Order: sequence, then C-alpha cells, then structure tokens
Amino acid sequence: MDQQRDAASLGMWIFLATEVMFFGGLFAAYAVYRWSYPAAFAEASHQLNALLGAANTAVLLTSSLCMALAVHAAQTGSRRRLMLFLALTMILGSLFLVIKGYEWSHEIHLGLLPGATFTYVSPSPAFSATQVEMYFMLYFLMTGVHGFHMIIGLCLLMYLMVQAFRKRFTPDYFAPVEVIGLYWHFVDVVWIFLFPLLYLIGSK
Amino acid sequence: MQSVSPTAELPRTGRVLNYLNNGYTARSWLLSTDHKRVAILYLISVTLFFFAGGAAAVLFRLELMTPPGDLVQPETYNKLFTLHGIIMVFFFLIPSIPAVLGNFLVPLMIGARDLAFPRLNLLSWYVFIAGGTLTMYAALAGGVDTGWTFYTPYSSMFAKTHVTAAALGVFISGFSSILTGLNFIVTIHTMRAPGLHWFRLPLFIWSIYATSLIMILGTPVVAVTILLVGIERIWRIGIFDPSLGGDPILFQHLFWFYSHPAVYIMILPGMGVISELITCFSRKRIFGYSFVAFASIAIAVLGFLVWGHHMFVSGQSMYAGMVFSFLSFFVAVPSAVKVFNWTATLYRGSILLQTPMLYAMGFIGLFTLGGLTGLFLATLAVDVHVHDTYFVVAHFHYIMVGGMVMAYLGGIHFWWPKMTGRMYPEWWGRLSALIIFVGFNLTFFPQFILGYVGMPRRYYAYPDEFQVLNVMSSAGASILGAGYLIPLGYLLWSLKYGKLVGENPWGASGLEWQTSSPPPTENFSTTPQVTQPAYTYPHTEELLLG
Repeated sequence: MDQQRDAASLGMWIFLATEVMFFGGLFAAYAVYRWSYPAAFAEASHQLNALLGAANTAVLLTSSLCMALAVHAAQTGSRRRLMLFLALTMILGSLFLVIKGYEWSHEIHLGLLPGATFTYVSPSPAFSATQVEMYFMLYFLMTGVHGFHMIIGLCLLMYLMVQAFRKRFTPDYFAPVEVIGLYWHFVDVVWIFLFPLLYLIGSK
Repeated sequence: MQSVSPTAELPRTGRVLNYLNNGYTARSWLLSTDHKRVAILYLISVTLFFFAGGAAAVLFRLELMTPPGDLVQPETYNKLFTLHGIIMVFFFLIPSIPAVLGNFLVPLMIGARDLAFPRLNLLSWYVFIAGGTLTMYAALAGGVDTGWTFYTPYSSMFAKTHVTAAALGVFISGFSSILTGLNFIVTIHTMRAPGLHWFRLPLFIWSIYATSLIMILGTPVVAVTILLVGIERIWRIGIFDPSLGGDPILFQHLFWFYSHPAVYIMILPGMGVISELITCFSRKRIFGYSFVAFASIAIAVLGFLVWGHHMFVSGQSMYAGMVFSFLSFFVAVPSAVKVFNWTATLYRGSILLQTPMLYAMGFIGLFTLGGLTGLFLATLAVDVHVHDTYFVVAHFHYIMVGGMVMAYLGGIHFWWPKMTGRMYPEWWGRLSALIIFVGFNLTFFPQFILGYVGMPRRYYAYPDEFQVLNVMSSAGASILGAGYLIPLGYLLWSLKYGKLVGENPWGASGLEWQTSSPPPTENFSTTPQVTQPAYTYPHTEELLLG
C-alpha cells in the first residue's frame, strides 16, 4: 500500500515536470516576443482588465487553500469536511472559469481575437497591429491551455467527490486526493506566473 | 568457435502456464496490461513501421542510382525522404528499444511483477498507434514534403501537403513516449526487489532511466512547438513566419531543444543493451560499473545543452554558436567513457562470438565512427563546410542505424529465447549480422565522401561525378535490406520450429534469466532477493567451463 502511494505521488510529480516543460515552451515564446516588441506588448496588456485578473487570482488561491484543507480532511478521515472542501474547491474553480469566460467574450467583442476577427488598429507608429496580434495570440493560447487544465481539474475533482460519497477514502487510503491536489496546486501556480506576465506589463 | 552449453534443464513437457499461452483471444492481447504482452504489441507495430520506413528508403535509393531525376517526381522524392525520416525517428527508433525491450525487461530485471502503472502502459500503446495511424494517413492521402524537421515558415505557411495530419500524429505519439518514460522512472524508483539497490542494477536499467528523463523533459517541448506550428498553419496567425512578425529561429530552438536530446533517446537504450551483451559474452564484470552508469546520466543531462549545434548556419549569434560547439565536444566525453569501458571489459575475457555479440562488436565500431564524425560537425568551421551535406546524413546513420539498430537487433536476438522460449537458428543469425554489417558500411561510408566533396542532402538529382559513390551506396542499401529481411524470416520460423530453451540459455547473470522462458504472467513465483552486484560472471564461467 505504501509502495502504491509512493508510486502515485512520484508519478504525479513527474507528470507535473512534463507540464512545466510544456508551459515552458510557451513562456519561452512569450519571452522572445516580449523582448522583440516591448511597446506592443505593454500596449496590448493595457487592453486587459487587470482588476478582473486580480480577482481571479484571489479566487484561484482560495481554491488552492480549500484543496489543501480537503487533503487534510482526507488524512484525518473526516468525510464530511472532505466533501465540503472539495465542493468549495470546485465552486471557486468554476467561478474562475466564469470570470475568465466573461473576460474572453469581452475581448473577442473588442476584436482582439487573432485571425480574421482581429480588428485592432495600432494608435502609434511605434508598433504594428501584427505585433499586438502576436501578444493576443499568446494570451489566448496560454490562458486557453490553462483553462483547459482547469476543466480537466474540475472533472478530476468531480471524480473525487463521487469516490468520497461512496466512502472510498480512509486515513490509510487517500492517494487520489493527494495527487489530484498536487495537480490542482500546479494549475494554480501556472496562473500565478500568467497573471503578472500578461496583465501587469508596463503598468504605471 | 566455442558454443554456450545450456545450463538449465529443458522445460518439462506438458503445458506450463506462461504469459504467451495465458489466453489466445484478440481481447486477451489488446486489453492486456501485462508488460510482456504490451512489449509484444510494440514489437509487432515498430517492425511494421520499420519496414514501411525502409520501403521509402528503397525508393529514393533507386532514384539516386542515376544523376538525373528519372524515377520519381521531385515532389515525390521530397515526400519519400520526409516519410522515411518521420517514420524511422518517431515511430521506430524512439519506441524501439525503450518500448519493446524496456517494456519487456524493466520489471523482469528489477524483480517486479509489472510496471508501476500497467494500465497507463497499455494506454501508451494505443496512443502510439493513434499517432502512427494519423501519420500513415497523411502519407497515404498525399504525403508530406517538409522533411522530418518541419522547418517553419515552409511547414506552417507554404507547404501544400498534409503537414497538419502528420504533425498531429507526431504530437499524439509524443504522449506515448511521455507515458512510457514516466512509467519507467516510477517503476525503477519504487519497485526494485529487496536488496537491489541502485548500484546493483543492470546497466540497461540505468540507460533506460536516463532515456526516460529525456522523454519526460524533452517531449512536452516538441509537443507545444508542433501545436504552435499547427496554429500558424490553420489560422495563419504569426508565430514563426517573419512576414507576420514571427521568428523562424525560435522554431528551430524549440524544435532542437527536444530533437537533439531525442537523438540520445535513440542511442542511450542501445548503449544499455551493449553493456548487457558485452558482459555476458565476455564472461566478465563490466569494467568501471559506476562510470558507465553515470555516463548515461551525464549524456542525458549534457544532451539538453547542445541543441544549438544544429543551427550554426541558421543565423543564431556567433557567441551562442561557440558555446554550443564547446558543449557538444563535452558530450563526447561520457560517450567515449562507455566505449573505453566496453573495450576494457573485453580485455582477457572469454569471448563468445554468438550472434548478439557480433551485433555488439558491430555497434562499438560503427558507433565510434559515428561519434568521431560528430566531433567534425561540432567544430564550427568544419560544420559550415559540411552542413546539410551527405556527411551529416552518414554521421547520424552511423549512430542511428550502425548504433541503435545494431543494438536493437543484438538485444532482440539475446532476449529472443526469453521472450519466446525458443532459440533462433545461430548460423543464420551470424550470417545476417555479417550481411548487415557489410551492407551498412557499403551504404553509408560512401556518403561521408559524397558529403565531404559537396553533395547536398535532400536533392533528387546530382552531377555525374557523384554517380559512382551513389551507386555504391544504393548497392549497399540493397544488401542491407536483404540483411534485415533474413532475421524477419528466421525469427518467425523459430516461433514454431526453434529449439526449446531453458531459463538461462546464455548462462547470463541478471534476474530476467532466473525465471522460466517464456516467463509466467506474474514474472516470478517468489519475489527474488538480491545479494550480489550486477554481472557476477567469473562465478558463472566456472560453472560453464569448469
């Protein structure tokens, strides 16, 4: 049993290492283009709603706290508290997606979605609309991939909820709660990097 | 020539349950989570891919028999070498030793019942097949002409072929190698038999561990890179295309960040196999165990720091080029350590020239040649001269084919009696090893000269003065092709008619030889206890010869 728990936990850590490398590729692309087009990136960043971004950061951090409390509840064998904190984590995770979805729809409405719908016109000769489009390409891709991870996370939490409801977890067996908790914290940490890099460039 | 006498009694007559006769239905294979059955599934699939990739090579070697382009259209020629590269790299070399021999042997060698995540292991095969099917679809629906490297902006903006499907196939199959690598690392960490601490592990396990590190850290980067190419290609949004504000050099950095370490995925497991073969067939402990073990880790780590040597003429900064050149020389050190240690292991050993050992000897010679010509390419000034010529083609085929394929075939022959319970015909084995060695050198050695005198790679027509060397190369390729078909024939033959073997026909050390051949589904009837370091051969030698 101990061996299985070790294996599950190590497996998740290794999986998260692959995730770091996956996002690392995107962050590398971001770094290269921000270095190439600093003015365009600062201007594009001002198109985002930093207040909503900050609120979402708070929501996600709180959901991580709830997840940590859920793992603790599983360790101590308190099933009701486990289900309560899993539910809170899911509610906060969903709230994050709702706010993010609202931001996206607003930005799409403003014509900031790259491709045929991109209608942004550069107000200054210092940078071109293409460069701003590059920023939004990275913005939508990075937040999109992050949101996709959130949706996967919510499905996993749903699975934990069902298992907890069926009384599958005991203080001796709660490895799934622990490793899915790790995943959830990881997705949170990715956002901690995305928020300043995307929302807070060149703000005065 | 000495021959190995069987040390164990032949299997009892009567039906002993093993992993092969434990169920005959398609379901019992396709839904099996037994690592040995998954290994056989991989063996069959990579063999099919190997011959598909080989068929493409036959066609373009035929085209290159004559200077003008007469057999195929230029577009077809481009599709043929692209198909050959994509299949051989992503669907043969990368899964070959790790997914076939690694899957079969890792649990057996560490005395475990299965891998840590058996269902994930089966899933990885399905993911592999899904990726392979998509890529084969791209090939059959009209092909891809970008080269296996998918360089942008050609691949993302201009190529009119099925780049998206092929790239998606590679993207998907990448997750298969991530899952395999993850499974191996967790298994090696958590499931070793009692007493089997790290420095008693067979060196094959060390090399698989190092390979897995590359798989989990490199593959996600190529996945995201291919994703970006796909987005640029489908939605025409600038990422790598300079006319849209993108940077094509960024693509090359991201691509080679994975694909250079990936060439170590294509050689490290081969080195692990060679360590097993050399010790067994010279009846000696490995010379400098910890040096060989840490050399694997060093190659994996240094392999991540040398990708820029693919880009000396791409326009990256000269200073970056100098650093990458220096680091590339550095990675030769652990590779050379291995070659020296294998050679020292042979010294005063009781050398048996069975088929697997012939492949191992071939590996050492050809890998050394491939490695040394790699130093030419790591030298900035020389690389400018031979970049994108047949010199490069010859160099990496000496490593990939002369190294990895030789090691793979050596390993398949060595563990064939363990996998099937039957011995292959030794005479045919030696003959085909010899044919492959001769055919290989005739194919690729002329290419060093061709490249050095200036023939660029990836061209379907060439000036008349290159013809002699090209004809030699094509002739060698036909010998090599025959050499590969012979083992296919006799290995299949041996499944039914091969001599039955006991648990340890080679008198080899290692836990995998302490269970029956073929092993039972649960691998070992009792968990083995390990009390000795790896390769305790002097003892076995006394048993055999004394």
